[in-house]
Amino acid sequence: MSTKKFMYLNRRAPYGTVYALESLEVVLIAAAFDQDVSLAFMDDGVYQLVEGQNTDGIGMKNFSKTFHALGDYDINQFFVSAESLTERGLSADDLMPLVWEDEDDDWAEKPSVKVVSNVELSKLMSEQDVCLSF
Amino acid sequence: MLHTVNKSSFERNSLQSCLNAIDDSSVILLIEDGVISAANNANSSMLAELATQGRVFALQGDIDARGISSKVADNIKLVDYAGFVDLVVEHGTAVSWV
Repeated sequence: MSTKKFMYLNRRAPYGTVYALESLEVVLIAAAFDQDVSLAFMDDGVYQLVEGQNTDGIGMKNFSKTFHALGDYDINQFFVSAESLTERGLSADDLMPLVWEDEDDDWAEKPSVKVVSNVELSKLMSEQDVCLSF
Repeated sequence: MLHTVNKSSFERNSLQSCLNAIDDSSVILLIEDGVISAANNANSSMLAELATQGRVFALQGDIDARGISSKVADNIKLVDYAGFVDLVVEHGTAVSWV
C-alpha cells in the first residue's frame, strides 16, 4: 500500500464539542495504516494541547493524555499556530511537552510540538495529499 | 436575570449578543467552551467592566478541564455546580446564549 501525507487540522476547543475527541480517534486509525501523519492546531484548537487539563469536575474523559502516546505510533509532527496562541494569551510554555523517541538516534527523546506561523502552516497544508478538518 | 454563555467568543458571537442585550441587574455565567472568555486574552476585554461589578461567573469544572485556571481574569467569580444552582435560584429567569 502506498503511503500518503495526511494532515489533521484541529480548530475546536476540547470538551465543549466532540470534534477534538473524534479527530484523535481518526488520527489513530491513520497511524494503524502506517501513513505519514501530521497534526495542525489553530484557532481554539490550540486549547487541545494546553497542559494541566483536569476533567474531574465535568465527568468527561481527559483525552489530552492520549497525545502523549502518539509518539509511539510514529506521530510526532504537531504544528501549532503561533498567531492563534498569541490571540488567546497563550505561549509554547503553556503546551504539553510532547516527545517521541527517535530509533535512528539511540531512542533519543525529541520534541513533537512545533510552533509555526500561519504562513508556514499554509505551506505545510499545500504539501499534503489529504487534509482532514475537525 | 441569569445569562449563560457556552460558546467560545473566538468562534461564535454568543457572548457579544448576550452583552448587547442584558440589563444592568443581570449576571453572566460562562460554561462549557464559554469559559474560554474567562481567560486573560484579547477577546475577553469586553467582559472586564461587568466583572469589575461582580457580575461575571464561570464554572470551575469547565475552567479546570481546559487547563486555564491560572489565566482566569481578575474579578471573575468561580462557581461549582451547586453555585450554578444558587445563581439560578437567586436570579430567576435564565437565558441560554447557545
